[in-house]
Amino acid sequence: MGKWTRRGVLSAGVLGGTGLVIGIAVRPGNPTETAGHLVAGEGDNLLHIYLKIDAENRATAILPHSEMGQGAQTALTQMLAEELDADWDLMSFEEAPADGAYANNALGRAYLFKGINFPDSVVPTVDGLMLNVADAIGMQVTGGSLSIRATGQYFLRAAGAAVREMLVKTASKAWGVPESEIRTAKSVLHHDGSGRSAPYSEFAAAAAGMTPSSTPKLKKMSQFSVMGQSKPRHDIPSKVDGTAMFAMDVKRPGMVYAAVRRAPVFGSTIRRVDDGAARAMPGVIDVVTIGSSSASGIVGAYKAGDSVAVVADSYWRAEKALGVLNVEWETGGKETVSSETIFAQFDRDISNGVDRKHDVVTGDANVAFNDATTILTADYRVPFLAHSCMEPPNATAEVSADHAEIWIGCQNPLGFRQHIAAELGLDVENVTLHNHFMGGGFGRKSNADYGLQAAVIARAVGRPVQLVYSRAEDIRQDFYRPAVQSRFKAGLDADGKLIAWQNTYVEKHEPIEAPLIPYSVTSQDIGHVASPTHVPFGAWRSVDHSQHGFFTESFIDEAAHAAGRDPFEFRVEMLKDKPRLLAALKRVAKEADWTRPLEEGRGRGISLQESFGSIVAQVVEVTVSNGKTWVDRVVSVIDAGYAVSPDGTKAQIESGVIYGLSAAMYGEITIENGAVAQSSFSDYDAIRMHDSPVMETHIINSGAEIGGAGEPGTPGVAPALANAIFDATGKRIRTLPIMNADLRSDSEATPAVAALGA
Amino acid sequence: MTTFKLNGEVRTVDTDPETPALWVIREQLDLTGTKFGCGMAQCGACTIHVNGRAQRACITPIASLDGASVTTIEGLKGADGSLHALQQAWIDQQVPQCGYCQSGQLMSAAALLADNPNPSDADIDTAMRGNVCRCGMYGRIRSAIKQVAGASFYDAMEGSQNG
Repeated sequence: MGKWTRRGVLSAGVLGGTGLVIGIAVRPGNPTETAGHLVAGEGDNLLHIYLKIDAENRATAILPHSEMGQGAQTALTQMLAEELDADWDLMSFEEAPADGAYANNALGRAYLFKGINFPDSVVPTVDGLMLNVADAIGMQVTGGSLSIRATGQYFLRAAGAAVREMLVKTASKAWGVPESEIRTAKSVLHHDGSGRSAPYSEFAAAAAGMTPSSTPKLKKMSQFSVMGQSKPRHDIPSKVDGTAMFAMDVKRPGMVYAAVRRAPVFGSTIRRVDDGAARAMPGVIDVVTIGSSSASGIVGAYKAGDSVAVVADSYWRAEKALGVLNVEWETGGKETVSSETIFAQFDRDISNGVDRKHDVVTGDANVAFNDATTILTADYRVPFLAHSCMEPPNATAEVSADHAEIWIGCQNPLGFRQHIAAELGLDVENVTLHNHFMGGGFGRKSNADYGLQAAVIARAVGRPVQLVYSRAEDIRQDFYRPAVQSRFKAGLDADGKLIAWQNTYVEKHEPIEAPLIPYSVTSQDIGHVASPTHVPFGAWRSVDHSQHGFFTESFIDEAAHAAGRDPFEFRVEMLKDKPRLLAALKRVAKEADWTRPLEEGRGRGISLQESFGSIVAQVVEVTVSNGKTWVDRVVSVIDAGYAVSPDGTKAQIESGVIYGLSAAMYGEITIENGAVAQSSFSDYDAIRMHDSPVMETHIINSGAEIGGAGEPGTPGVAPALANAIFDATGKRIRTLPIMNADLRSDSEATPAVAALGA
Repeated sequence: MTTFKLNGEVRTVDTDPETPALWVIREQLDLTGTKFGCGMAQCGACTIHVNGRAQRACITPIASLDGASVTTIEGLKGADGSLHALQQAWIDQQVPQCGYCQSGQLMSAAALLADNPNPSDADIDTAMRGNVCRCGMYGRIRSAIKQVAGASFYDAMEGSQNG
């Protein structure tokens, strides 16, 4: 069992243990009593906390996960529909309200108890306990690539199966025939012997009085007909005609607009605000200062710093007036920090090794290094990264003395609601939160800072306020993928076998297994030292895997080349006891035609990464010409156990690949004078159409425990790309982003140097 | 006062002449399909058509639209409410993920095809490089444009080359 924290649950290696694939569990008690008032409308029968059926036999799944692009809502509905034997055309879904009844107890159960199957009699108790704890810590989170593998597997399938059983029982009683003679298909109950049939809706009201079974019988993989199909996403039609409702599209009567600036040097407080010029600007209504505590979000004790907002009758006027505000900040010494001082600190702390904590120690590395005939060392570095979601953080708030209403797009509606209530000094019951589609999340929108700011501003001005971050504010006030340095030493014996692996890096977060290697190296010593910075930490798509994937899969490649071995074959030999990893690696080599020779100037690199319960192997092909890198092709293989929606899984991998490529090629947040130097897509760019590679994604349905899809596509991209660049140029990338590397060949570089000298 | 046609309807607004069209369209004219992404013409989320040409609404002063004909994503459908061929292709290829950039992507693509019904890959690169998609759906956007252009493309839902 792990320590129960939101971040721990989210990013820990859940479901990583052994055990049966399917946990069987449903929430205790009758659903109508717990959640009927929240989700059941006129004519609806709430048969399960996650399922209602109306008079027209339409079934609606009620999903405790939000939509930020990942499409999990459609896939989760497939899981419920599969077990319900529902007609897919009669299925729809809605997002659960931000309420304790819909807290993530599935995530908690998955985290604390992994694959344990409880005796039937204790399942309701365990789940009830989990629900209480999840509610208490405000956990209704979408993240950690957990929606399908935890909520879908543990709860939504069970919900569909339990309701199907309830309907069969009810029909059996009404028709006076044995349950065993009733079959279900496409939302209809049939008794073939008597020729009777009835839609689910006919028995929905009677069945709704029952308590759903905690241990319904689930289907086997071979019986799936809805799971495993690429169903078109339900949200897509609204996203091609402008009707999809993002939080920024909300308009309240009398609503005004706010632009905000938080202390550029993280953690600073306001010394003085000169707002005379701003208040004199047309349309300006008020200038509001917001204390540090109001913006700390869910990241524990971290104080984000004070902020100041201008409220006006249009966003444009608010933003313009913000530009003429004169604010003096108390920066508390942090104004001397830069990326250079941070990396110098990392280098010092790794060298000193004070209080180095071990992740893994096997064998005796010192002895192994003595036995080694070749020793290689390297230091790797990655910079801070911002999320830069397409939709900048924004929230609309209406706050009175005893009630608050918030419209927002976020990754944890229940947690945000609790934080906002605490900030305003209101009971949670008196805060209503409407969660909307997010225009990207990637981890950013699990921090409640922007919701808290909107609530405080709305309270100050006493009317509905829509707060919108400028792009500059979004980039400068993020919770960042940390900058990290990682030091490696490897030993090869006379046969070129890797016998020793030593690694020390700074600042461990989660998942805890991120820095580990899957390869059979006898002597391993992997550890970390503390080296904190004042830059706020955030979960960034794949969290610690985003840096360690790059480090370990690049350094393995270095070891392969030092051993004079093919990087694919080198890995294969060290994976003899890891059949799933081996299968994925071999499959990607085959699909990418690994051994086919490439033209001069081109290169190919490989990587393998297990994260969030899934295995991803990737091959990247590049062309490097005049120092410029073109990513030509990315071949990915994912073994997520079973792909519930194969096209959805592919789309997530494609998306993860581009997110990883953007970071590898261009992603760099630098700190200057204590603050973030970047402010727009011109200095924090992303992959665009012209530099987007051809992508091929292949799925292995190994039947292992279901894993995530949202994050596992990202970590392996940077190392496969860097390894491909080495293959093409002989130059090893040890620091990201690649745009900073000089990849010109000697002949390409020489004329340029000569020209400079002339 | 600025008077222009918005999705075929004559509209008049009275506001600071330098106000970007993006905010007038969203806040005053209540068409929220056009999105704010950067405010500096670097991401394309706010792309609209001005007299048939793709333009970034976030840096278009409202006064410059006087007498112009403006189309937003809400006006991309046919008069009978039928989807534009690109909108249908976007659904067929399951292009959107978060969907926030897609109004702008569609408007850029529609302007491209109006000018050039058979764009090459290089033409698509040039026309679309101003539109960022942080969900990274460029491959599917390219396929959807080619589907409408009648060119061979990789069909995501079919998992094979098409046409």
